[in-house]
Formats: sequence, C-alpha cells, structure tokens
Amino acid sequence: MIQIEQLSKSFDANCVLDKVSTTFEQGKTNLVIGQSGSGKTVLLKCLLGLIAPDSGEIRFHNNAFSTMKDEEKRILRREIGMVFQGSALFDSMSVLDNVMFPMRLLTDLNEAEMRDHAEKVIQRVNLVDANNKLPAEISGGMQKRVAIARAVVMRPKYLFCDEPNSGLDPKTAMVIDNLIQELTHEFNITTVINSHDMNSVMEIGETILFLKDGKKEWRGTKDDIFKTDNNAVTDFVYSSELFKKVRKLYLDQ
Amino acid sequence: MLKHIGQYFLMIRMIFIKPTKGKIMRKLIFKDIHDLIIGSLWIVGFLSFFVGGVVSIQTALNIENPLIPKNLVGFATRQSVILEFAPTFMSIILAGKVGSFITSSIGTMRVTEQIDALEVMGINSINYLVFPKLIAMMLLPFVINLSMFLGIFGGWAATIYGGFSSSADFIEGIQLDFRPFHVVYAFIKTFLFAMILATIPSYHGYYMKGGALEVGKASTVAFVWTSVVIIVVNYFVTQVLLA
Ligand SMILES: Nc1ncnc2c1ncn2[C@@H]1O[C@H](COP(=O)(O)OP(=O)(O)OP(=O)(O)O)[C@@H](O)[C@H]1O
Ligand SMILES: [Mg+2]
Repeated sequence: MIQIEQLSKSFDANCVLDKVSTTFEQGKTNLVIGQSGSGKTVLLKCLLGLIAPDSGEIRFHNNAFSTMKDEEKRILRREIGMVFQGSALFDSMSVLDNVMFPMRLLTDLNEAEMRDHAEKVIQRVNLVDANNKLPAEISGGMQKRVAIARAVVMRPKYLFCDEPNSGLDPKTAMVIDNLIQELTHEFNITTVINSHDMNSVMEIGETILFLKDGKKEWRGTKDDIFKTDNNAVTDFVYSSELFKKVRKLYLDQ
Repeated sequence: MLKHIGQYFLMIRMIFIKPTKGKIMRKLIFKDIHDLIIGSLWIVGFLSFFVGGVVSIQTALNIENPLIPKNLVGFATRQSVILEFAPTFMSIILAGKVGSFITSSIGTMRVTEQIDALEVMGINSINYLVFPKLIAMMLLPFVINLSMFLGIFGGWAATIYGGFSSSADFIEGIQLDFRPFHVVYAFIKTFLFAMILATIPSYHGYYMKGGALEVGKASTVAFVWTSVVIIVVNYFVTQVLLA
C-alpha cells in the first residue's frame, strides 16, 4: 500500500502536482488517468524518487519516504519494479540479459540459477523464442512483455507502469493490461498504472485516480465511473463516441 | 556557461563514487575497449600512413637548396608526426569518431529512459556509463603510438616511392637530434586528450533533453566542444612543457 499526502511539485512557475492525496492499494491495479500533461509521469517519478517533490509525503507501507535514510531508500528501490513508457530496454543486451540484469546487479545467484529464474519469468509473460534477440529485433508488444518481465523478475512489492499499452493495438493492449493485473493478484503487488486509455480503465481499473491540471479531480472504481456526474471525468471519458454509446446503453439498462 | 562547467565537474566527481558491481563493470569496460579503441584502429592507421606520406613529400618538394641535407625529410616527418600530427590531429579525428559515438549512445539511452531505468535499479548511472569509457580511453596512448609509427612509416614509403631521398638518408633523419622528452610530451598530451575525449561527449549525451533529433544535435555540439577544448589544452601544455 502506498499513501500520498498533499504532494506538490512545480517546475519554475509551472505547478505540475497540486496537493495530491490518495491511496494505492495492495494487490490491486491502481490506475492514474488524465489528459496528456496532467502530471501522471511526474507523479510516478516522485514515487520512484527520480523527482523530489516540493512538499508532501509518500508512505510505502507506513514508511515515510522523506525520513528514509539512503540505505533504506536503496532497499526500497529493490522492491520496486518499473515499466517505462517506451519500455526502456537496454538495447545492447539480449532479451534474456535484460531480464537477468536486475539479478546480476542485486543478487549473488550464480549464472545458472539466474538464467533459470529469468526463463521462468519470460515464460510467465508468454514470450517465446525471443531469449537471444535484441530489443530492436522484436515487436513493440513483445518489448512491453520483456519490460514487464524485467520489472517483476525480483518479485517486487510495488510495480509502476507508465502507459504500458501506449502504441499497441487494442487487442495486444488488453493482453498486456490483463498480464499486469494477473501478476498483481498473483504476487499481491501494489501496482500503479498511468493511462489515458479508456479500455484499460474499464478492463483493470480497480481503483482510479483522475488527475486534472495536477489536481486530484476524482477517485473511484471502474463501476463508479459511469455513475459519476463530475463534469471533468465525464468530459474525459466520453470524449469518444464509442463510450458515449456505451454509457447510453448502461443507463438504459 | 558557468552552470555547464559546474555541472561537468559534478559529473566527473560522480564517475568515481558508488561504483557498479565489479563483474558487470568488467564487461562494460571490455565492450568499450572494443567499441572505442579497437574500432578506431583502422581509420587511425589509414590516415596516419597517408598523412605521414604527404608530410614527407611536401618537405622534400620544398627543399631546393642543395646545401640542405637530404636527411631533413626524415627529420621533419618525425618531428611533425610525433609532436602534433599523431597526438593532436588524431585526437581531433577521434573527437569526431569516438566522441559522437559516445554522445549518441548515451543520449539515446537518455531519451529512451534507459538511464532512468538504471537509476530505478539503484545504479549510479554516471559511474555505469562514463567510468568504463574513461578506462577504455586510457588505452589511447597505444593508438597514438600506432599512429606515430605508421605516420613515419608512411613518410618513409612515400619518400622511397617518389624517389626524394634514399632510405638511408631518411632513416638517418629519423634518428637525428632525437629528444626522448618530445615523446614524453606527446604522451602527456595524449593522456589529457583521452580524458577530454571520454568525458565531454559523455556530458553532452548524459544531460541532453528532447528526442532523437536532439541526439544528433548534441553529437555535433559535443564534437565542437571536444575539439575546442583539445586545441586549447594543447596550446597550454605546449607552452608549459616545451617553451
Ligand atoms: N523535468 C521537467 N522539467 C520541467 N517540466 C517538466 C519536467 N517533467 C515534466 N514537466 C512538465 O510537467 C507537466 C506534466 O508532465 P507529465 O509528463 O507528468 O504529463 P503526463 O500526464 O505524463 O502526460 P502524458 O500522458 O503525455 O505522458 C508538463 O507540463 C511538463 O512540461
Ligand atoms: Mg507521461
């Protein structure tokens, strides 16, 4: 579980996060949605410690991030897996080496043990015949799977995904979403997913945080989202004709 | 400008703290030796041979006075190759070849968030990326040594082929008034240039912002700055050590 309290961050005069408070629950896929530029990535980078917030607090299972010593932060980082927006695979390494990399770095397992474990995880994300290929030689959807495998190979307590299905076709996007959700349930991970894809919201939105201009505008579940009369949310959700029709059907029922 | 200089020296400091696990670092160093050093040998050898040849031809053609001894061709070739051509000129060439490779590979890692990925795993990404390049570039003196040898050899070959003087005269010229300190001076320069070649392009790649287009721009800017700094450092080192 991650709690965020009154988190604020500005870049010069540009206020990107404005007193955001929320909770990301354990064993659930917690979605952060909002328009491009609403501050989703900055929020994730604050969680990762890549960006230092101006004020506010982040608690990982009740441990306040701001009071952690460097050593504690280092240990915390080992418990975090991250899937970047563009996969961020190391392009000079093969798929297998990418997945093995966190283990090489953080464990003392021998080569055979690491390989064994990595191969299991690669199988788990349904990648076949890709072990020895370079990231540039596989499709975007496969790269996402590798990124997910690399993120979960150390059995993280926390999994952060920045738009894990951007740039994928709707079917592949759904497969990736479902994979993340399955892993979340299987390992009881606190998962935070940035998205602006309504399909993901409806598919895996166990909790949903809606950001608008850096402010928390709304929070609820995928079932609440059809019922809300918050204008900003309905504007966002029903920007597509498809969802306008879906809502009509839903309300007619 | 001052901000960049400050940030550059902060980066230099970061290269040496919080080192990456030895086993991983060793692999990175071998890879960079392969990419930066081995990969540059043929172009350095090729250029050195022909430029050495041209230097000797030009010297030979400028000697019309029969009173000037024929061994001057070998002497002049040796001096220009050892003092300037091999250490300085080759380092500028490498600022283009090695430097742009470093900037674009680190810059690409920046724009594709690979550097963020390293940081998330708790790695000091500056150490991870720059340290192996710095170590690999410490082999630059061997490259420059090769360049000196092939430059003089090219001069010899061109002299014989063009019939400007005899082999014996040329070899006598090479040995004429040889001062070991000139070689020391050349290698001191080379060592400094190696550090510049490893760090300035890294800086431009590491701190770049933007996308693929900016990676190209950063490489160009890195080349300009690397060569400017090399030339300025060359001037001061020469002033201090030889004047
Ligand atoms: N390092 C930075 N320096 C300055 N401004 C930044 C920085 N990072 C982000 N911003 C600004 O913060 C704002 C929010 O950016 P952010 O990347 O969080 O948006 P986002 O919601 O993730 O958008 P998208 O859906 O397009 O990824 C933008 O206006 C951006 O310009
Ligand atoms: Mg984003």
